[in-house]
Amino acid sequence: MLKKSIAQILVGIDSNSVLSGARKIKTRIITEINKQGISDQVQVIETGSIGPINEGVVIGIYPSGEIYANMTEDVIEEFIRERFIKGRPYKKLLLSKKLSTGVDTTTYDSRKTQHYGRIVLENCGKINPEDIEEYIGADGYEALGTALEEKTPEGIIKTVKDSGLVGRGGAGFPTGLKWSFAKAAKESPKYIICNADEGEPGTFKDRLIMEGDPHKVLEGMAICGYAIGANTAYIYIRGEYQLSIQRLTKAIKDAEKLGLLGKNIFGTDFNFNVKIKIGAGSYVCGEETALLNSMEGLRGEPRLKPPFPAESGFLSKPTNVNNVETFANIAPIILNGSEWFKKVGTESTPGTKVYTILGHIKRPGLIEVPMGITLREIIYDYAGGMSSGKFKMAQIGGTAGDIFSSKLLDVPLEYQELQKLGHNLGSGAILIMNETVSIANFLTCCMKFFVHESCGKCSVCRIGTRQMYEAFKRLEKKEAYFDELETIKELAGELKLTAFCPLGQSVASPVLSALKYFGKELVQGVNPDKKHEPVTRENMNRGFKPLVYGNK
Amino acid sequence: MTVKEIVKEHGNKRENLLQILHDIQNQNPDNYICEKAICELSKEMNIPVSGIKGTASFYTMFSFTPRGKYIIRVCESPPCHILGAQTIFEAIELKLGIEVGETTDDGLFTLEGTSCLGVCGVAPAMMINEEVYGNLDKEKISKILSLIQNKERK
Repeated sequence: MLKKSIAQILVGIDSNSVLSGARKIKTRIITEINKQGISDQVQVIETGSIGPINEGVVIGIYPSGEIYANMTEDVIEEFIRERFIKGRPYKKLLLSKKLSTGVDTTTYDSRKTQHYGRIVLENCGKINPEDIEEYIGADGYEALGTALEEKTPEGIIKTVKDSGLVGRGGAGFPTGLKWSFAKAAKESPKYIICNADEGEPGTFKDRLIMEGDPHKVLEGMAICGYAIGANTAYIYIRGEYQLSIQRLTKAIKDAEKLGLLGKNIFGTDFNFNVKIKIGAGSYVCGEETALLNSMEGLRGEPRLKPPFPAESGFLSKPTNVNNVETFANIAPIILNGSEWFKKVGTESTPGTKVYTILGHIKRPGLIEVPMGITLREIIYDYAGGMSSGKFKMAQIGGTAGDIFSSKLLDVPLEYQELQKLGHNLGSGAILIMNETVSIANFLTCCMKFFVHESCGKCSVCRIGTRQMYEAFKRLEKKEAYFDELETIKELAGELKLTAFCPLGQSVASPVLSALKYFGKELVQGVNPDKKHEPVTRENMNRGFKPLVYGNK
Repeated sequence: MTVKEIVKEHGNKRENLLQILHDIQNQNPDNYICEKAICELSKEMNIPVSGIKGTASFYTMFSFTPRGKYIIRVCESPPCHILGAQTIFEAIELKLGIEVGETTDDGLFTLEGTSCLGVCGVAPAMMINEEVYGNLDKEKISKILSLIQNKERK
């Protein structure tokens, strides 16, 4: 697996730790090891996120499995001497003794995770994402080889269908079914697109997957290409994700060199090329048809469905669009079979889910947990509890997600169970808030986001989001009209029913769930004596201020 | 590189437009897409000027007005908001005397608001050009900005 030497120091390099100077620290560690003359025994490896975020630069030691956090340059000399020359743990910065295979390192003190290995993040924080050899050493590209040599395209689609994998982008559509539509399409060429335009506020799971294990995504895409008969794939990635772009570009080059991508993969007649497309800052482009428009060099406005992308997508050819996390699930499923996959998670939604947990909690970060876990477990077992104050609410699935009150702490988080309650799991962001956050203020912030990101194609969303924003601003200032809450409810219902694409429709999610669980608090913002004034020529535009993003 | 060369590198098909616009903007010393470049691009790619402007104006990363050497993008999304993004704006306004959308007189900084940068683990956060800064407070911002100012003065 990993290259041989007596001990390895894994330095977690991701966008968060780079801010704390991870690269400098890595160089410093190497210098120090050379100085001590132990460079033949200790190897320094750059890897993706090791888990704990907000703990500065985090490093892991193999094979003993300790994690050290908040590394700084001035302690390195002492650290190397203590840990490797004297051979005892460096207690000052020791965070945990439990980094070992199969255990979720993010949740190092959790009792639950030890029963389940990771699937998607299996290699993140363990291998060097820029070294293809290490990925291959960890059974990488074996699934692709098996698929090409032993399986038929139909067989692969059947395995994916049987596994019960549903799309991890938010909508939760069965992946196998989606593939079979693309397979059935007659036109050629067909395209595969990996949706890495992760714009949902609070979500950065895809970024960490791409930064930590880029080859896993590529392998999943190649298997998909073989299954549906596509030879060209694109990764549409956010312009802001510079490190992901670099790592994927390198990964593609390396794989091509070894004949794992490109022409005649594994000596078969299957060709598969992956290209990267860079976005330019637009939330709505995460919607698959808007993404297609953006890829064609047009305004990123959604298209009318049907025709669905499987029939007429990129350049009007059959196209299969999947999320990064969905693709990362494919290789393990092909390698271990659908029955293995179904053992984790719940009956209706098998597998794991990668969440980003944020807000007023002790340990914000990235976790991969089985489907069906509850919010209470996430907050108190994984996140280490509240960092300050008492739990008030949580928003599940990013800004377009539902707001949960403490009543829902024990509901299993999985697609079907939540649908029964009229909620949705969304993209995998969980924002936890304490009692200092006012619901009206929070929703004003959410609505401002939607006003900015509404693409303007349909008037319902363009005008509706603006009206919502104004209404919540009035509620926040406690000068809302006497009937404001009813108006909001009606407007939310209309948006849900008539908006052109999921952006406008999803505005209703936070609004309606807030009305349901926090109606009492919102009522306090209503001024019962405030009646609507008749609109006249004079007062028509009074108080109107164009919304520039960032304005108060 | 001239517009012509950039188009040649990527190919003049419409699907390469975003990448071409990125390159044109990045090589402009004032960090924007100028009128002249758009006209040239229109001829090279055979797309009407209105078509290029219509597409480019849709995306927040493109600008049609000159910007400072350093573009400060402060994250405005809910995760940063609840942890105090507003005080970040105030601190920058206090330090540089510019509001959102404005550029300092010395042409060094432009202040912009942005949606999620994807580094919510270290909220509140901002991005200055390609560099991301997290766990911000007033003192930290002042320090970061002073550092850049001193570097430029030399």
